[in-house]
Amino acid sequence: MSGFNSSTNGHPPRIGVFICHCGTNIAGKVNVPEVVEFARTLPFVAVAKEYKYMCSDPGQEMIKHDIQQYGLTRLLVAACSPHIHEETFRKVASEASINPFLFQMVNIRELVSWVTEDGHEATEKAKAMIRAAAKRVLFHDELEPKKYPVKPGVVVVGGGIAGIHAALVMADAGERVYLVEREPSIGGHMAMFDKTFPTLDCAACILTPKMTTVRRHPNITVLSYSEVVEVSGFVGNFKVKVKKKPRYVVEEKCVGCYECIEACVFKEPRFPNEFDLGLGKRKPIYVPFPQAVPPVPMIDPETCIQFRTGKCPKGCVNACGDRDGIDFDQKDEIVELEVGGIIVATGFDTFDASRLPYYGYGIYPNVYTGLEVERLLNASGPTGGEVLLRNGQKPQSVGIIHCVGSRDENTNRWCSRVCCMYSLKLAHLMKERTGAEVYNFYIDIRAPGKGYEEFYDRLLQEGVHFIRGKVAEVSDWAMTPDEENRLVIRVEDTLIGMVRRIPVDMVILSVGLEPQRDAQEVTKLFNISCSTGNWFMERHPKLAPVSTMSAGIYLAGACQGPKDIPDTVAQAGAAAAEVLALTHKSVIEVEPNTAFIDERYCSGCQICVGLCPYSAIYYDEEKKVAVLNEPLCLGCGVCAAACPSGAAQQHLFQDEQLYAEIEGALVGVG
Amino acid sequence: MDYLYYPGCSSKGNGIAYEESLKAVFDALDVRMDELPDWNCCGATSYMSVDEWKAVALAARNLGLAERQADGKDGVDMIAACSACYLGLIRAQRYITDYPELGKQVTAGLEAVGISFKNRVRIRHPLDVLMNDIGTERIASRVKHKLAGMKVACYYGCQIVRPYATFDDQQSPVMMDRLMAAIGAETVNWPLKTRCCGGSLSGTVPETGLRLSFILLKEAKKRGADVVATACPLCQFNLECNQGEMRRLFGESLDLPVVYFTQLMGLAFGLPSRALGIQRLFIPLPAHLLSRVQEGGRNVRV
Repeated sequence: MSGFNSSTNGHPPRIGVFICHCGTNIAGKVNVPEVVEFARTLPFVAVAKEYKYMCSDPGQEMIKHDIQQYGLTRLLVAACSPHIHEETFRKVASEASINPFLFQMVNIRELVSWVTEDGHEATEKAKAMIRAAAKRVLFHDELEPKKYPVKPGVVVVGGGIAGIHAALVMADAGERVYLVEREPSIGGHMAMFDKTFPTLDCAACILTPKMTTVRRHPNITVLSYSEVVEVSGFVGNFKVKVKKKPRYVVEEKCVGCYECIEACVFKEPRFPNEFDLGLGKRKPIYVPFPQAVPPVPMIDPETCIQFRTGKCPKGCVNACGDRDGIDFDQKDEIVELEVGGIIVATGFDTFDASRLPYYGYGIYPNVYTGLEVERLLNASGPTGGEVLLRNGQKPQSVGIIHCVGSRDENTNRWCSRVCCMYSLKLAHLMKERTGAEVYNFYIDIRAPGKGYEEFYDRLLQEGVHFIRGKVAEVSDWAMTPDEENRLVIRVEDTLIGMVRRIPVDMVILSVGLEPQRDAQEVTKLFNISCSTGNWFMERHPKLAPVSTMSAGIYLAGACQGPKDIPDTVAQAGAAAAEVLALTHKSVIEVEPNTAFIDERYCSGCQICVGLCPYSAIYYDEEKKVAVLNEPLCLGCGVCAAACPSGAAQQHLFQDEQLYAEIEGALVGVG
Repeated sequence: MDYLYYPGCSSKGNGIAYEESLKAVFDALDVRMDELPDWNCCGATSYMSVDEWKAVALAARNLGLAERQADGKDGVDMIAACSACYLGLIRAQRYITDYPELGKQVTAGLEAVGISFKNRVRIRHPLDVLMNDIGTERIASRVKHKLAGMKVACYYGCQIVRPYATFDDQQSPVMMDRLMAAIGAETVNWPLKTRCCGGSLSGTVPETGLRLSFILLKEAKKRGADVVATACPLCQFNLECNQGEMRRLFGESLDLPVVYFTQLMGLAFGLPSRALGIQRLFIPLPAHLLSRVQEGGRNVRV
């Protein structure tokens, strides 16, 4: 058992308490001199000092100097969150030859000064926390960080532009990359677009070269139509289980001739194509779009005659002939990967416009979402790039409604960042392709990127109408003859202070970005967290924007928050660099927060054996006690919490440490 | 008792046909409704603009009285059929919880007259009760004569969905449409179902108020409606009783009957038209529509 004498060679412990002002962040609320005076009265405290910026070089030097001068054996720093500076001060301790785990950090900024209104209360809370830590640190043991070798290889989850770019950067650096995409092809949303703002270069022209490079790259394995189902292990040593869903066409045998599609019993495409958002048609055997990667068809069992009745002439099988690439009996296949790092790049979903019935989506056929119009404009889309209404006619006037499902307290409060610019792009393309009058209904125009404001200027010059005001409704309610058989947009034009009715032939809803529908499940799978609105949370919004709270797992692209293509690519590159920095180390150090079992107190009840999620505990039949296989332990603490006799304990969270801390916090209370 | 019933002033005056038909329909469905003893004014919209806390206190007195009927249960469901009452009572509850200062003042005022207030009343709209508690299955099974061929424009008005949408969509409610479908009527696709009827402007600034009513009726007629169904005494009054004046102002004769949705339910249930207040309509339901649903095809206009 540990006790506070164990590492002090029989001498009474000597604690140093160092309290940081953090400029005015802490000192503006907490009366630091008073806390210093208080700290000096605590048992075993040999020295207590304050400093304006304890993390600065002079601050660190002062601590090192005092450790020597006062012969300190325990160190306590009251400053900011341990997420930010725990490592800094552990290093200070070890440089001054104190074991870094004989140190305790007290967070009097995030947990005190930033969240307490009253200065007196803040000061009292800071005192209580320091008293608690000064008791706790007496029971700390000397520990050594655990070292593990780092496995090579990275799993990238999501094959949109973020995942593609990150995969290519890492593969070019020689890293083995597994790119997992749940749809039949990689490409993501970007593959659906026609042009990209503000340069108007063709999305396919800049994306498909990257997609084919991914396919040909010797260091990249594409697992398409696959999903991650289980993640275990820890930084540098992840085990990832991927489920490959059956596409009923064997990828390894397929050469991409598409003769099977030609030979299908359905001579014409009859079923809504998911990639075209239902605007186009496909056969039961299909590739989602011409540039799909991998270029392997798949069979939809819902519509395939063979699956539905078992009585199909099977033209596809005959067309494939000796290659024998069609397999109606294909089943789910589980692939197990062992890698050092993971990048989550699962992207976004667009807002479901039918949630706002007053905009008429799903009620009036000529109300479209921005993404649907991308498909109409796209040369490989359902109309071959011609913008046609559902009655086959060209629109003569088009209304584009901004902020649908963004900046709205009834739906999503955030600005989706891309809608203004894609609305402008669509306005330009609609005018160019159809000559229609185009009206933009906006709250504010947000164009803060390189060349973005200039693009807005260009649109103004082109004669696109801009009406500032939130649209009240889209309806087919005509008040005048020229409104008959058209869609009427009612809006308050806030620049002229009047309600206007604007009849148009086509309405485009600039739907905002939302997290993927299954974002919550994904966070559980990877043990990462969400910030407001279910976007995945970065470790620090400024200083660790692509890391997560789970070491070794990184974020890229819009899964972390709405982003346009340039920002997504930049972030994907950053995530790739961070993963490379991890996988290029041969060994990583991990917090020594593993469990240990004191045989003397173990009754052999085996509760912990069944509970351990990592199978790190086994039962020794001879000794009749539970035994921990330490390399397997990941420090979850379940055994320590469940052990009825206190035999199972966890380093850094031992019972006596926690009891001492609680006692210190509560002494003198009530 | 299944539900408490808060009538409000309109139900005893110009909107009496709403109360008559509501009671008849609930009777026919074997749902018991007991009138709240000693109820008073709901505060409505006008009092609110004069003195907020007194308006809330006035409404809250009804809520306090309703709690006395809870019979030891956790809460009590009280039906308020008039849109202004429905909103007035819910608003009082929300204000008391959302604005603690006002809440204290109101509860203290009520305590001074011996009424305790614990905010335990659930204010229910008849559409909510019919669709969510009773259900379309039970309603459809009670139908004697389907209103087949009758085209109904369902008019919800503003107050039952705004600002508090408690049982239906705020902009595009559907409960009345579904109810009408359950009794065999056909509903017209009419995007104006929550647009303003003119409210009290019909009395104070008629050129503006009547125009708003006229827009609603004209569009309903254009879309082929035989009848407009309402859920509010003021909407019903504005849309029905001012059609003569609208003809004078806008030079167009509409002659579109405006009824309470409960009256149509009663007709479908085969209840006597007098029990439903049908005879009180200024613009009668056309004989060909009635003959289709009334036994023996009698013209029931009185």
